[in-house]
Amino acid sequence: MSDTALHSPPGPIRSHDWGSASARKRVKRRYMHDRILQWVGLGSIGTGVVLLLILLSSLVSTGLPAFQTTKVALDLFIDPSLVSREDPGKGNFRKITRDAFAKYFPDVTSRSDKRQLYKIMSSGAPFNVRKHILKNPELIGQNISYAVPLSDPYDQLHKGVIPRQIEALSRGQQQLGEQLKQRRLLSLEDGKTAANLTIFINPELVNAEDPAGGDFAPMLAEAIRAIFPRASPTITRDILAPDAADTVKQTVVEAPALIGKTLQLKVPVSQNFDNLFRTGEAMIDNPRFGDPKVFAWYDSLAERNLLQSNFSIELFTNADSRFPEQAGLLGAIAGSFFSLVVCFLLSFVAGIAAAIYLEEFAPKNKFTDLIEVNINNLAAVPSVVFGLLGLAVFLGTFGMPRSSPLVGGMVLSLMTLPTIIIATRAALQAVPPSIREAALGVGASRHQVITHHVLPLAMPGILTGTIIGLAQALGETAPLLLIGMNAFIPSIESIGILEPATALPTQIFSWADSPERGFVSRTSAAILILLGFLFIMNATAIYLRQKFERRW
Amino acid sequence: MADVTPSTSKKKSGKAKPAPKGKAKAPEAKTNGNSTDATGLRTKTDRPLTSSRQDLALDQSTKISSSDVCVFYGDKQALFDVNVDILSNHVTALIGPSGCGKSTYLRCLNRMNDVIDIARVTGNIIVDGIDIYDPDVDVVELRARVGMVFQKPNPFPKSIYENIAYGPRIHGLASSKSDMDEIVENSLKRAGLWKEVHDRLHEPGTGLSGGQQQRLCIARAIAISPSVILMDEPCSALDPIATAIVEELIEELRQNYTIVIVTHSMQQAARVSQRTAYFHLGYLVEYGETDQIFQAPKDERTQNYITGRIG
Ligand SMILES: Nc1ncnc2c1ncn2[C@@H]1O[C@H](COP(=O)(O)OP(=O)(O)OP(=O)(O)O)[C@@H](O)[C@H]1O
Ligand SMILES: [Mg+2]
Repeated sequence: MSDTALHSPPGPIRSHDWGSASARKRVKRRYMHDRILQWVGLGSIGTGVVLLLILLSSLVSTGLPAFQTTKVALDLFIDPSLVSREDPGKGNFRKITRDAFAKYFPDVTSRSDKRQLYKIMSSGAPFNVRKHILKNPELIGQNISYAVPLSDPYDQLHKGVIPRQIEALSRGQQQLGEQLKQRRLLSLEDGKTAANLTIFINPELVNAEDPAGGDFAPMLAEAIRAIFPRASPTITRDILAPDAADTVKQTVVEAPALIGKTLQLKVPVSQNFDNLFRTGEAMIDNPRFGDPKVFAWYDSLAERNLLQSNFSIELFTNADSRFPEQAGLLGAIAGSFFSLVVCFLLSFVAGIAAAIYLEEFAPKNKFTDLIEVNINNLAAVPSVVFGLLGLAVFLGTFGMPRSSPLVGGMVLSLMTLPTIIIATRAALQAVPPSIREAALGVGASRHQVITHHVLPLAMPGILTGTIIGLAQALGETAPLLLIGMNAFIPSIESIGILEPATALPTQIFSWADSPERGFVSRTSAAILILLGFLFIMNATAIYLRQKFERRW
Repeated sequence: MADVTPSTSKKKSGKAKPAPKGKAKAPEAKTNGNSTDATGLRTKTDRPLTSSRQDLALDQSTKISSSDVCVFYGDKQALFDVNVDILSNHVTALIGPSGCGKSTYLRCLNRMNDVIDIARVTGNIIVDGIDIYDPDVDVVELRARVGMVFQKPNPFPKSIYENIAYGPRIHGLASSKSDMDEIVENSLKRAGLWKEVHDRLHEPGTGLSGGQQQRLCIARAIAISPSVILMDEPCSALDPIATAIVEELIEELRQNYTIVIVTHSMQQAARVSQRTAYFHLGYLVEYGETDQIFQAPKDERTQNYITGRIG
């Protein structure tokens, strides 16, 4: 820092030749890098958009049917002898509903047929009628028209989600058939397919004195195994007709001299294989529908225009149910709502307070640095860990109500808190220091500077961060599972902040686990609804940001 | 750098002279520059400012007196032993090259440096007989009495009315709505902004032009009736017309307030101030009557600066 160094004039201005070869090369490379950067970005966005579209379209295509319910209109007579006016809740709605349904099928009389018939109707139908009558008790003693849902298989059948007939043979079985065909072991006998097998009539299994008493099935199995050495032993039963052994028996009874010999014999194949070979496909009635007779009954309902397909308001107003056609999301939506409210109240207040303290009041020292680092770390802790913490502390130590939205919200707020603190601190930092100085300059105290000037300016950022945190919390599953917030809540009466509850993501989780076909589309529908809520929340964040954003 | 360090020798010099100067009616101080003998008294830092302050302590018109003020930003010292007495109802200009510590000194006077974590202030600053760095001093009250206008106009992102009303409201200066309206109107009038904004008081203050915003900030500062107004380059962002308005305003405000103004414009300092302090690399080099500083600077560095050879 000598005086001369400080005061010596700058060196001469250098000139640069933009036309030189190296300069032109550099310019070209610069353009190329710009373009590469652009392409990489475009490519990533394109991939993202395509994947998103695939996800959405698959969700929509599987989920849309769940927004419709198929119902059958019933003419119900609310018999006062079955439903008393004093205590309508105890009424025999099962009989009322079944009788009304049976009226459509006067010629179905046998008990077992009736049992099959009632399966077309949802098992929950009597409860739907009961609910309707409890709401409108004046209907007792009257004839009313009321539509009840069909049971899941027929609901799905009506929507075209599941077919009447399915392929009878598995892919593996079809391949076996294909091999038989290629080896020319099949032939058509009297319009039936027969397999041309090389059978060794094992003298240990049949004796000449009593050929009819022989055990021929193992010989057939042996013959099949010779063709397919590695296939499972059950394929003999799959490929050959049940009377194949009888064909062998007959042959041996007619010519006992064959015992101990190997012979070529054409034995009939099973019905499914026969269909496969002759028509190219083997279909059977979908086993979900029990007796084939029910198809006729179902068709007659459809022909009489008794079936109606409506927007399924029940998806939003019903609680969960074992029957997919009755299952709704109200319990899950309420559970999610309550836990988000708890989560919001806790994390918004605590988050903003913590952020303000750290940003505006805390001295800058090792200890506050440590706190800052740990808050950032907390934001990255897997949510399942917070679930375990909630399980151990809230449920274990404090004995709070298990499965309740209160505890769910508390666990979620542990997760949202760091997000909100970080967002709030960023928003506070973004408030220009000139505004603080202006306020301090007119003699505002610290809390006045913060509450009158800094917080209002930081609010859009804080709200955006909060809503993003809450949106994360809305989609969080693992911590809720750990505190048991995936309870089965079949009744909307037991919805409350301290009651066992479920939430949207956990509901999706349990529905996705259910085997009924109807739950597959309900799962997608629930995901769509969850995405809808997330969309609304994020749109709110954008709206708030634009509404409150001010220029300075 | 050692050469700039103020020496504390020659304590005695000029002891007798300051009294008559101080007794002169402050508002009419413009003519002070003529008496060169008087100006030499309390000006240069290598003269004992402490001694002159003792003289001025008797003088009713000393508003702010600072002695041995040092400011550190972390380990870096930004101000070295600054001794300045600022007179009531005077405009005092702080000039000097960029980075010499003018803003730093100005911010000491209402403890705005408290906001900067790494800043540390030593020495004494007495405002109206009170040591403002005393732990018992209420900073909020101090800042209400020592108002500040910042280099960059920084109105609140609120309405013009709210900008002015905010200070009086938090200090409880207005007893009623009409009282507040009066404060707002008077402040805007005094800042020369009333005519332009009286019909749009409820529009955002940030929607005004830069010069109007600066005057709004001045109105905001005077709305809480401070006795001292600190201005940090209030005209650096303004065009000549707006600058002229602000300068007129400063001249008017001097009747009622004590004003300390940082400026990079020598002409402005000469136009608006009665006293000028020249800072260099953190040292107060010279302080005295404005006319004397500009016409007969005692220090070579001052001479170089005002003639444009430094800075
Ligand atoms: N917040 C800060 N942190 C660290 N150093 C600072 C800070 N503010 C000012 N300084 C340093 O203190 C010195 C004086 O700064 P100051 O702002 O007082 O200069 P100035 O005279 O107002 O200059 P200018 O005319 O450019 O505004 C400078 O060297 C600057 O780098
Ligand atoms: Mg400055």
